[in-house]
Amino acid sequence: MIDPHLQPAVPRLGRQPSRWRLAGTPVVTVMLGSVVTALPLIAQSPVMPPFGLLLLLSWRLLRPELWRAWIGLPLGLFDDMASGQPIGSAMFLWTVTLVGIDAVEHRMVWRSYRQDWLIAAAAIIFCIAGGVFFARITGGGGITLQLVAPQMLWTVLLFPFVVRQCARIDRWRVMA
Amino acid sequence: MARPPSRRPGHNRKAQYSLFASYVVAMTGAAVGLLLVVVAIFDPTGFAAIRIATSEVTRPASVGLKNMVSGVSSIDEVLASYWQAGSQNVALRRQVETDRNRIIEAKAVAQENLRLKKLLKLVEDDGSELLTARLIASSSSSTRRYARLNAGHWQGVRTGMPVRAPEGLIGRIHITTPNTAEVLLLTDTSNIVPVRRANDSVPAISTGLGDGTLEIRALAAGRNPFKPGDLLVTSGIGGVYQPNIPVAVIVRVAGEIAYGVPLANPSKVDAVVVERSFEETVTRPDPNVPTVAADPPAGNATTP
Repeated sequence: MIDPHLQPAVPRLGRQPSRWRLAGTPVVTVMLGSVVTALPLIAQSPVMPPFGLLLLLSWRLLRPELWRAWIGLPLGLFDDMASGQPIGSAMFLWTVTLVGIDAVEHRMVWRSYRQDWLIAAAAIIFCIAGGVFFARITGGGGITLQLVAPQMLWTVLLFPFVVRQCARIDRWRVMA
Repeated sequence: MARPPSRRPGHNRKAQYSLFASYVVAMTGAAVGLLLVVVAIFDPTGFAAIRIATSEVTRPASVGLKNMVSGVSSIDEVLASYWQAGSQNVALRRQVETDRNRIIEAKAVAQENLRLKKLLKLVEDDGSELLTARLIASSSSSTRRYARLNAGHWQGVRTGMPVRAPEGLIGRIHITTPNTAEVLLLTDTSNIVPVRRANDSVPAISTGLGDGTLEIRALAAGRNPFKPGDLLVTSGIGGVYQPNIPVAVIVRVAGEIAYGVPLANPSKVDAVVVERSFEETVTRPDPNVPTVAADPPAGNATTP
C-alpha cells in the first residue's frame, strides 16, 4: 500500500508525527486554498472555484473526528479576508455548513464516496448561493444566480479531485 | 460501506459537555458572522482594516508571480499572430504608411491647438495623474469584481480615485491599505459610471454586470438611441472621472438596455494610472495666484 514516491521516508513503527504536523496540516492547506486568489489573475467574472471551501469539505468528510464545527469561524474569517466577500460571509456560511453536515451525517444509514460527493455538492451550492446573497445585500447591485452557475458546476466537479489530493496529504500527515 | 462512527460521546459527562460547548461556540460565532454582514450592509468598507493583513502579506507573492506570468498571459495572442503572418504583414505595412500621414496632420493640429490655447490664456496644466502601478491580483472566486493594486495609502492613493489604462477606464479605488489598494472594477455590479456617446454626447449610465460586460441605459426617455459599435466615453458628471476617458463599445441592444464591452481589459493591461478625482483637479487652487486663477477652471467644471 505504500506509495513508491514516499519510499525515502518509510514510516517507522512506534514513531509519532509531531503535533504540529497532525493538527496544523489541515488548517494550513485550507488557508492556502483561500489565498489562491492572490494569484496574479485579474478575473472578469467569478471563475475561480472556492478552493478554501473545497479543502474544508474534503477534510471534514475524510476525517470527521478532526475538527469541531467552530473551526469554520477562524478559517471562514481568513477566507473572507482573502476573497473580497463581505467580512462575516464565509464565517457564517462555513460554520452553518459544518453544523449541517454533523446533523445530516448520523441520519444516513449507508455512507460511501457517492454520498460524500452529494453532501459536498449540496454544501458547495449552499455556500456559493449564500455568498451571492450576501454580496447582493451589501451593495453588490443586481447579481443573479445565473452568474455563478458555471462556478458552482465546476466546483462540484472538482470535488473528487480535491478530496483525492487531500487524502494524499493526509497520508503524509499521519506517517511520521 | 457503513457510516462513520457516531460523534455522540456515550455516557461520559465531560465529553458530552465539551461537544455541546463546541456547538454553542459555533452557533454564536455564526451569529457574529451574520452580524458583521449586517454591519457591512450599512457600511461596506467598515471592516476593511481587517483585510490589511492578508493583502499586505500576499503582496510580495502576487508581485513576484505577476512578474513571472506577465509574458505568459499574452501567449495566446503571440501564437495567434503567427497565423497568416505574411498577408497580415503586408496589410499592416500599408496601413502604417497611410497612418503616417494622418499622424503628421494630427501633430500639426495639436501644435496649432496649443498655440491657440496659449493665445486664449487657457493653459491646461492637467496634473491629474498621480502614479502608475500594476494590478497584481483579483477577487477571482467572489461575485464582486475587485482587483488589487500594487500601490496604497503610503504612495498617496486615496479612496475614490479613478484608475485608468491607456486603452480606457479600469475603475476606481475602493479601499486602501498601506501598500496595496482594492480597485472596484468597471464591471462590478455596483460600479455606476456616467458616460456619453463619443460623437454626439448622448448621456447614459453604465453599470457593470459582473461577467465582464456593462449595461448601458440612456438617460433620455424614449427610444434607445444606441446601436452596436457606438463608442462611450466618460462625461465628467459627478466629479470622479475626468471627461473623455474611453469606457466601452456597445455590442448588443435589447429594448431599453444596451450592452457594452469595456475597452480596457484589466487582465491584459500592463500598468494602470491612478488619477486624482476630477473634482479635486479642477478646483485645486493655483499656489501662485490663489484666488484669481481658481475661478476659470471652477467655471469649466460646471459646464461639462
